[in-house]
Amino acid sequence: MNVAAPQSPFLQWLYRGYMLAFLLYLAAPLFAAGMFAFNDSMFPALPWNGFTLDWFFSSTEPKIGMFHDRRLLRGLQNSLYIGVIVSALAVAAGTCNAFLFERKQFPAKNFFYILMIVPLVIPGVILGISILVFASMIANGLEEAFGIEWDFLRPGLFLVILGQFSFLTTITSLVIAARLRKFDISLEEAALNLGATRLRVLMTVTLPYLMPALFSAFVVAFLVSFENFNTTLMLVGSDAPLTITMYDRMVKVGSTPVLNAVSFFLMVGSGALALLSVVVQRGKE
Amino acid sequence: MARTDIGKLSLILLFAPFALWIALLIILPQLGIGYISLREKVGPGEYTFGFANYIAFLSEPIYWNTLLRTAWMSILVTAMALAVGFPVAYYIAKIAHRRSRAALFLMCLIPLWVSDLVRAFGWIVILRETGLVSSFLQKIGLVSGPVELLYNDATVVMGLVYTVVLFMIVPLVSTLDGMDNSLIEAGYNLGGSRFTVFRRIVVPYAMPGIVAGCIIVFMLTAGSYLTPILLGGKNSMWFTEQIYEQFVTRYNWESGATFGVLLLVFTSFVVWLGLRLTGQSLASTVAKD
Repeated sequence: MNVAAPQSPFLQWLYRGYMLAFLLYLAAPLFAAGMFAFNDSMFPALPWNGFTLDWFFSSTEPKIGMFHDRRLLRGLQNSLYIGVIVSALAVAAGTCNAFLFERKQFPAKNFFYILMIVPLVIPGVILGISILVFASMIANGLEEAFGIEWDFLRPGLFLVILGQFSFLTTITSLVIAARLRKFDISLEEAALNLGATRLRVLMTVTLPYLMPALFSAFVVAFLVSFENFNTTLMLVGSDAPLTITMYDRMVKVGSTPVLNAVSFFLMVGSGALALLSVVVQRGKE
Repeated sequence: MARTDIGKLSLILLFAPFALWIALLIILPQLGIGYISLREKVGPGEYTFGFANYIAFLSEPIYWNTLLRTAWMSILVTAMALAVGFPVAYYIAKIAHRRSRAALFLMCLIPLWVSDLVRAFGWIVILRETGLVSSFLQKIGLVSGPVELLYNDATVVMGLVYTVVLFMIVPLVSTLDGMDNSLIEAGYNLGGSRFTVFRRIVVPYAMPGIVAGCIIVFMLTAGSYLTPILLGGKNSMWFTEQIYEQFVTRYNWESGATFGVLLLVFTSFVVWLGLRLTGQSLASTVAKD
């Protein structure tokens, strides 16, 4: 008997009902956002006019599908580009941080550990404006003192990457450090005793062990980067990623079912990636 | 000794990227907005320093009212997320059978991976004048004309709870998961009622998870931008919106930076207070998962 559960059947059913209601609450907006991508209508609203894939593939006015919409595609491309670069950088830096905090002893370690976590508790909008301000101060200073113009310090892709990197690194560090903590150090010692060099031990013993964590850290960073809005909004230049493009469209043009199509595409894409990362993580344990 | 030299070298090599990251992207930029917030423009390229921007903030009721409103709505959202999320986390960790537990947890996590924008858009489709709820109510004859359910505070709170509740559930599940059922059984054997056992055993045990969840949820809510704007409309009066407006629309970086500093100080203060009152530390709560 499970003592933690309610004992009377009535309460048990009530509890199950609550769980069901909660799951419906979670699913409702996702379902609504996805459903109208397939409605053959000019507005994402009832009545249901029949099933269509036009909002994905149509290339004729007035229904331009998302795969023929230049600006949306451009946004998607920017998002992928930013996501891959920033995740790779964040995984690299996160790996260094994991080794630093799991393997090394140095003064004021606890203080630095807190510093490592801090980016997670700074609101995204503030990370965005602070990096914007700091980069502009450097750019203005250089321009006034030496007449050098470093345009990459003005809002644009480079700053978006820096802004997302600033908090994604905390996430990747925590994911990788959690796995490194479980590593049995005697495996490394055995390899060293058998005559392997330190580099070789790292490449053939430690890193392969960390691989699932590196992979899931990359996927998590990529997904968070892809969906990030607050930090990106403050740093974005003319090359806007998909979330910003979509927001612009929503506010300026109003909602058309093509936005539902993008939503559906995003949900399927991120759902599949998240599932893949869970499967990889589980398969290795 | 060569061995310690290698140790020292690798420590420096590992410390360098960490130091660069924290110094260049976190500490110096925060000092940067602090510096700008103390600056006041008196002419083209001419500045004086002082607290003029902060005084301007205090003397304009609409600004500090917005901050207070954001604060109190964030606290409300945090409390509601805890109330809604705790039973769900308890069910996943303690009641569900082993096999369905993982599936249930995964189902709860999927919306976490969907962009805020998509989720807010989903609510718009459901709740606006031509939305699903409005059409449904008209069809069954409960109302005669279209009803607008967007652009009010209740909807904003509901939407915010939706976006953050999963960040409450995840730490709660991971702490409750570690609780042995025999603790509950012992409570009953000693004559405790259901409520007493919950209050004296379950809640204290789950405290680190509750604190972690509340901190994350509060920070996310106070710093959120999309949900209040999209569901609350132009009159949502959210503080991040003010920051954006000062920075981008009015190009008044001095006052935007002031607002940023105030939001950061305020949220840090609430987090500090929460940790202090419950005797937890930042490292043991937020960094756990």
